[in-house]
Amino acid sequence: MGLQSCININKEWDIVGARQMGRDIAKKIGFGTVDQARIATAISELARNIYLYAETGQICFEVIDTINQKGISMIAVDSGPGIRDISQVMEDGYSTSGGLGAGLPGVKRLMDEFDIKSEEGKGTEVRSIKYVR
Amino acid sequence: MDVVNLDAANYKDLLKRYIDTRDEQSLYGAEQISKSFIKNNVPPEEIVNLHIQALAELYPNLSEKTGHSMNFLLETMISYGMAHQEYQTLREKQLELKTEISVAAGMQETLLATTKPKIEGLDIGVVSVPAHQMNGDYHHFIKGRDGSLGVAIADVVGKGVPAALCMSMIKYSMDSFPEESMSPKAILENLNRVVERNVDPSMFITMFYAQYMPSEHKLRYSSAGHEPGFYYHKKEDAFKEIEANGLVLGVSSESNYERYERYVEKGDMVILLTDGVTECRDGDRFIESEEVLEVIKSYAHLPVQKIVDHVYKHFERLQNFQLRDDFTLIILRREV
Repeated sequence: MGLQSCININKEWDIVGARQMGRDIAKKIGFGTVDQARIATAISELARNIYLYAETGQICFEVIDTINQKGISMIAVDSGPGIRDISQVMEDGYSTSGGLGAGLPGVKRLMDEFDIKSEEGKGTEVRSIKYVR
Repeated sequence: MDVVNLDAANYKDLLKRYIDTRDEQSLYGAEQISKSFIKNNVPPEEIVNLHIQALAELYPNLSEKTGHSMNFLLETMISYGMAHQEYQTLREKQLELKTEISVAAGMQETLLATTKPKIEGLDIGVVSVPAHQMNGDYHHFIKGRDGSLGVAIADVVGKGVPAALCMSMIKYSMDSFPEESMSPKAILENLNRVVERNVDPSMFITMFYAQYMPSEHKLRYSSAGHEPGFYYHKKEDAFKEIEANGLVLGVSSESNYERYERYVEKGDMVILLTDGVTECRDGDRFIESEEVLEVIKSYAHLPVQKIVDHVYKHFERLQNFQLRDDFTLIILRREV
């Protein structure tokens, strides 16, 4: 694992900042344009969830660079209200922001690995990884 | 992946050819490739990317601005691609559900199966067709040891799976009643208690229960708020509504059902139906019950199974072969 870079999410503008940081890291690692765009979209979803439901939180990026694999790891952490029924929010067609947002299932599709932990009243942590193909 | 690579090579060739000649054939080729993309679940952003790469290989000297604009297009396609993938998954799920329901419908058919009994001197015709996969109408024939025929016809207010589940319960309750208590009045009163106890208050079941005694040519019946049937007097060549009062099943645990009885003359018909028959629609207009009776009359010379089949076909066509409600029609006719 490489160095961690983090960005705080407090306002809508920070979503753009998070995208920029993630895209720059992805570019450096060697992701193609399509995957860069996918990573940026995934970051948007995670950052928007923090902004909409937790108000404040953080997204951190790590470079994965081993002999076998190169990739980017993203961790979105907030201390918001948490998610009561994770299975429900991971279901297609369920989106609290009312429609076009791809939501967490979208993030799962855009990335290669996806994991979520949440506790009601404490907060949520989403970890996801995408590898360079 | 191989197909995709093949398409990628094709895409570049076709693109070049189109730019050079602008012929229809290349566009036809584009259509074919597009279909192949869909078949292989290639998301739109990949297609845009393919386009960007093909352009870059074909025309390395294109302006930087063109390149940027293409990347911009690619970004806008990402969410679209995700929505498309979600749609695919939901479509698969829907197919799964459909299969499950058709299995359930098959099971329902087995569970609720009833055979038309042979009763000396009585001709019986029945047709029951669900509007959707599962039938919320129910009918059942029971031949008693005393030679009598019991006929139940019921309709759940509501359609589809909940209605169908409800009907299975009705059937098994009826099976569990001892034969001695099989008077229409007693059956409805017993069923009413079962429904009142076990079914959601928002769900109502109407039922008409008739018992025909071939030896006396007598018809005994009671109704629990069911769509009234009709009686056809052969002598007068006229129909009359079968009037019977009674509360819908499940409303009150103390419902009492009135007992009715009538003598059936030779050639007379008893017509039992659900509101799917009387509430057929012709365009925006609900048909009148008289229309049903007229159709029955026009086929009255035929065996009763033929009559009900013709009536069904008539209204199926009238409604453009799309039933809005489950359709059940039973006719009994005294032959001798």
